[in-house]
Amino acid sequence: MKTTELAIVGAGPAGVCAALEAASYGVKVTLIDRDDEIGGQLVKQTHKFFGWHEKSAGTRGIVISRNLAGSVEENASICFMGSTEALGYYKDDGVLLLETPQGIEKLKSGRLLIATGACEKMILFPGNDLPGVYGAGAVQTLMNVHGVKPGDSVLMIGSGNIGLIVSYQLVQAGVKLAALVEALPGIGGYAVHASKIRRLGIPIFTGYSIKEAYGTDCVEGAIIWQLDDNWQGIAGTEKDLNVDVVCLATGLTPLCEFLWQAGAGMAYVPALGGFVPLYDENMKTTVDGIYVAGDVAGIEEASTAMAEGRLAGLAIANSLGKVSAGEFLEKRRVSLEELEQLRAGPTGKAIVEGLAGLRGQMGKRVSV
Amino acid sequence: MKGGILLTTGVPSKEQVESRTPPKSRRERGPFVVIECFQEIPCDPCHYSCKFGAIKQFESINDIPEVDWSKCTGCGVCVAACPGLAIFVVDETFSDTECLIAIPYEFAPLPGKGDAVRLLDRAGQEVGGGFVHRVLPGKKPQGTPVVWLRAPKELSMTVRNLEPVEKGGVSHG
Ligand code: SF4
Ligand code: SF4
Repeated sequence: MKTTELAIVGAGPAGVCAALEAASYGVKVTLIDRDDEIGGQLVKQTHKFFGWHEKSAGTRGIVISRNLAGSVEENASICFMGSTEALGYYKDDGVLLLETPQGIEKLKSGRLLIATGACEKMILFPGNDLPGVYGAGAVQTLMNVHGVKPGDSVLMIGSGNIGLIVSYQLVQAGVKLAALVEALPGIGGYAVHASKIRRLGIPIFTGYSIKEAYGTDCVEGAIIWQLDDNWQGIAGTEKDLNVDVVCLATGLTPLCEFLWQAGAGMAYVPALGGFVPLYDENMKTTVDGIYVAGDVAGIEEASTAMAEGRLAGLAIANSLGKVSAGEFLEKRRVSLEELEQLRAGPTGKAIVEGLAGLRGQMGKRVSV
Repeated sequence: MKGGILLTTGVPSKEQVESRTPPKSRRERGPFVVIECFQEIPCDPCHYSCKFGAIKQFESINDIPEVDWSKCTGCGVCVAACPGLAIFVVDETFSDTECLIAIPYEFAPLPGKGDAVRLLDRAGQEVGGGFVHRVLPGKKPQGTPVVWLRAPKELSMTVRNLEPVEKGGVSHG
């Protein structure tokens, strides 16, 4: 069986930043991803990121992922295992079961970081099983990674940043955006993203949802309607849209199966996307040796995932005795402050409240 | 709805736009920046992009950018630097009848100098015709191209997007 000091599942922004931080203290890291490329969702983010000027703000996700991949490749302490699916975690032995291109392998690690990210949420409506109904992430992968147009005319559901950004990128790819609908009374994502798609002439309907998608073998059209105060459609407000794609950007939910398997303490926090692990200010879960970072610990922006990754990497290096006490405390303080600032705006308010709830529950738990 | 029309339609209110427009005396003096970023979001590169110190230092990453128009030269560097594509430059001193408007434009193919274009407002509605004055393509893959448009002067604070005329085959120029 292979052994490593730190195994990281997920080579997205959180996992890679954790790997680089831990490796900078001499920790031997094994970084695992089912994709053959490093970067996770960043590899399809063609837009420029927000955040701090000195921390890759204004840089496109694709450029950030290339830079991160370059740093990992140069780093002799990090072993990247691409095209490798982590199949399960056996908590009694602390063993990860991996399916590599060469076959099944077992990996035992001193510390484990789960940075598996999130998956897209589906919503219920008649016709949601028709070909042509996609998740927004899938549409982005098709267009920006594989260069394939998902269709000719799109109805986008959801006005969070993902819905707004993917709408813009669809138009960049030459696809028509028939409309964007949002069930809530207001746009969920950043106003600057909404303004960007509005000036392309894309209509935004707030307080609207999809009534149904129709078609014989695939989507041939979709009907939207206005919602009342009880989220019920109002008869007579229907609009029939001539679209061949319905794109769902209705939110993400953490991919936390490994944490359930490991017996980590979990809590249901809607503001964070569903079930999330309880964790402390070192990003450590209720299970000794298991840490989390990024969307698996609560759905947020990539800049937050990167900051959490750096914090987890630092804390793991410290737990292995590789950081001096003074340096650890000082760097952790800076990291926590950075996270606090990233969440300080009005858009971060629900997240901060959700996290406070998590902390409260964490306080009541003892390590298992 | 809290947040007003901007957060229900994506189009800022008249008052919001006016709050980012310098006084007449400044507008008559030369090109000026218009920052249409109205919401506290964790973002600050605009401040660092301006070599003239015209976008004030942020105290918190979530601050809304504030402009000192006396320092702004209208150079347009911040237009390409803003990840939200929320910054424009307007020059109302270009000629008696026309103004220049710098617009971040991330679509291919880029229009060429002299091309006739449809002028669109903040809701993507056509409000008139204009011409491409200058194109700064930016460096791939990172840069944001900036298109300087020539537009009727009275549309200086209305036009925020363009559409190449060839696309629909009709010329309004
Ligand atoms: S236009 Fe030039 S001078 Fe004016 S704020 Fe932008 S970068 Fe600064
Ligand atoms: S760079 Fe653009 S989006 Fe970011 S704060 Fe400045 S104006 Fe707003």
